[in-house]
Amino acid sequence: MEVPILKQGQVLIATFQAALSDADLNQLRSALVQQVVRFRSRGVIVDVTAMDVMDSFASRTLREIAHMIRLRGAETVIVGIQPEVAFAMVQLGLTLEGVATALDLEEGLAYLNQKFKTMK
Amino acid sequence: MSRVEIRVTITSDQDIVLARQKGRSLALELGFSSGDATLIATAISELARNIVSYARRGEIVVKDVQGSSRVGIAVTASDNGPGILDVGQALRDGFSTSGSLGLGLPGVRRLMDEFEIFSKPGQGTKVMVKKWRP
Repeated sequence: MEVPILKQGQVLIATFQAALSDADLNQLRSALVQQVVRFRSRGVIVDVTAMDVMDSFASRTLREIAHMIRLRGAETVIVGIQPEVAFAMVQLGLTLEGVATALDLEEGLAYLNQKFKTMK
Repeated sequence: MSRVEIRVTITSDQDIVLARQKGRSLALELGFSSGDATLIATAISELARNIVSYARRGEIVVKDVQGSSRVGIAVTASDNGPGILDVGQALRDGFSTSGSLGLGLPGVRRLMDEFEIFSKPGQGTKVMVKKWRP
């Protein structure tokens, strides 16, 4: 299942619609990096509210996405990690270190706008 | 005695998602909280991932377990893959032979209440985990 990517000004928003397979996550990674280049985006929001489980592969892919996009000079923020999913991630030892996270889409956008101000 | 048993053959990343979704449904059916069901689904996801990464093919079996005074869920992940040379090492955080995070098995152990592993080089791997309903 492909993840739709919306363009909102300088920001790209990718919203998971359901649980994703490894192939879907890999596809999202390449699509996001391509589109950041194409639209010269400065920020990316990945909304994982619909993700049922964040296992080691999903966490690693999200971290890779954030780091690749940072190398393009843009910022990524992961939003919508559900409390239960967060609990399981901590038990599993997954921390998403070095990746910005926010409560929801609104907070994610606020975070990026703040970042853009300081980047100018 | 178990009453329900779900078997999922694991051959691809799609099966990982299927196995964890079926496991979650069974956990909820058995009366586990949604939070516990997520822990169980995460453990299934990691175990199924190990099958795909190391053995390519295997099976996940999820069933209920009836203790004397409690109900639980048991997950068995088995494959006929290359097996694990040093099980003790594989159970330590930070160890991996496939370039992954290497948190798989110790993480699964923390997510569940009981954890057993049987593996020998060339003879496959079998991991059996259980979680009891509080």
